[in-house]
Amino acid sequence: MANKIRVATTSLAGCFGCHMSFLDLDERLVQLAELVEFDRSPITDIEHCTDCDIGLIEGGVCNSENVHTLREFRKNCKILVAVGACAINGGLPAMRNFIPLEECLSEAYLDGIGVENPQIPSDVELPLLLDKVRPIHEVVKIDYYLPGCPPSADVFWKFLTDLLAGREPELDYELVHYD
Amino acid sequence: MSKTITIDGKTIPFEDGQTIMEAATAADVYIPHLCHHPEFTPHGSCKLCTVKVNGRNCSACTFPAAEGQDVLNNTQELIDDRRKITQMLFVEGNHFCPSCEKTGNCQLQAVAYHLNMLDDHFPLFYPNREMDASHPDVLIDHNRCIFCALCVRASQQHDGKNVFAISGRGINKHLIFNAESGQLKDTDLDKNDKAAHICPTGAILIKRTGYQVPIGQRIYDHHEIDEVSLATTEHQHGE
Ligand code: SF4
Ligand code: SF4
Ligand code: FES
Repeated sequence: MANKIRVATTSLAGCFGCHMSFLDLDERLVQLAELVEFDRSPITDIEHCTDCDIGLIEGGVCNSENVHTLREFRKNCKILVAVGACAINGGLPAMRNFIPLEECLSEAYLDGIGVENPQIPSDVELPLLLDKVRPIHEVVKIDYYLPGCPPSADVFWKFLTDLLAGREPELDYELVHYD
Repeated sequence: MSKTITIDGKTIPFEDGQTIMEAATAADVYIPHLCHHPEFTPHGSCKLCTVKVNGRNCSACTFPAAEGQDVLNNTQELIDDRRKITQMLFVEGNHFCPSCEKTGNCQLQAVAYHLNMLDDHFPLFYPNREMDASHPDVLIDHNRCIFCALCVRASQQHDGKNVFAISGRGINKHLIFNAESGQLKDTDLDKNDKAAHICPTGAILIKRTGYQVPIGQRIYDHHEIDEVSLATTEHQHGE
């Protein structure tokens, strides 16, 4: 079918929990599939975004690759949406912001309990870590926010159906949660 | 004839000596607030209760009601201002609600929900703040303190003690405890003190009680703070 709304999704410094919650749309996914098609997304395995209508971003930015991905989404998506606590305020990954990066790496790869062959991974293929995890609105302009850890399937549904019907998306009281 | 003010066009009676907040509450009109508590002297620090009185911004919790005042409360402009103030309170601390015991019972979060705050708007400060877990029954997480001084006032005015104070300025502002060591365990705070239960956020927690009510079944999960705040039974500090 021509002229389906094109949606791209990605998880940056997130746990894929928001994507799992999206899949909780269950049978409503069938209805949704009649209206939208997926571009770059873990659901399709397409690796790069092309022109899209809606981009859904889970997670904050914790490394250089996250920043590139986020910019690619901003460049290609008409509407960019911060999905979940981590995209909005860094979330639990940002709890490392209070520990110097060097200490985090030593704990994980050098001094931690049960570490064998201790060495800090360093390979050109590996994206460099940022000194702090940051929310995505600090890097690119964000059009809408869906709070929650994760936002419930009902939040995705309300937001997308509002948008697809040409309404300004609104979340009622019971749909707004930070936990 | 009693004296009156109007709030958003509605006539509200007041008695001499009442603040705008007190007159409004008595008439079942909710004005958002965090540092105000009816039992304690007003502090006027959070500015969430900002209303327009005869065209000028004032804090409803400290401003005395006076005959004929024209007060605006629920205007879009004031709601937008209050949302920005709440966003500032979030970014200047560390509020990771999914890992906070207070979530669902937190007044800061509830005010944010009430204002339909969906994002933080500002860059996050991620200030480096400590915890004090030294006390056997009470935990302090400075990351979530909004310096409302309710614990300070409750300790002095209700408990007859003087456990808490606010010290420092700007990003270095912090809650301190009245003990030589600076640790909570060396104060005379008891877990049954009003001061241990008054915190509107998750900065003061009673140990071993955090998850007695599951997330999803807590006060503000299903009731808006205006409704809870105006209800006569005081159940807003559920633990
Ligand atoms: S104190 Fe309130 S706003 Fe802060 S993290 Fe806890 S629940 Fe969230
Ligand atoms: S610990 Fe709680 S009650 Fe005390 S000043 Fe901080 S936010 Fe207010
Ligand atoms: S409630 Fe009035 S300034 Fe905080």
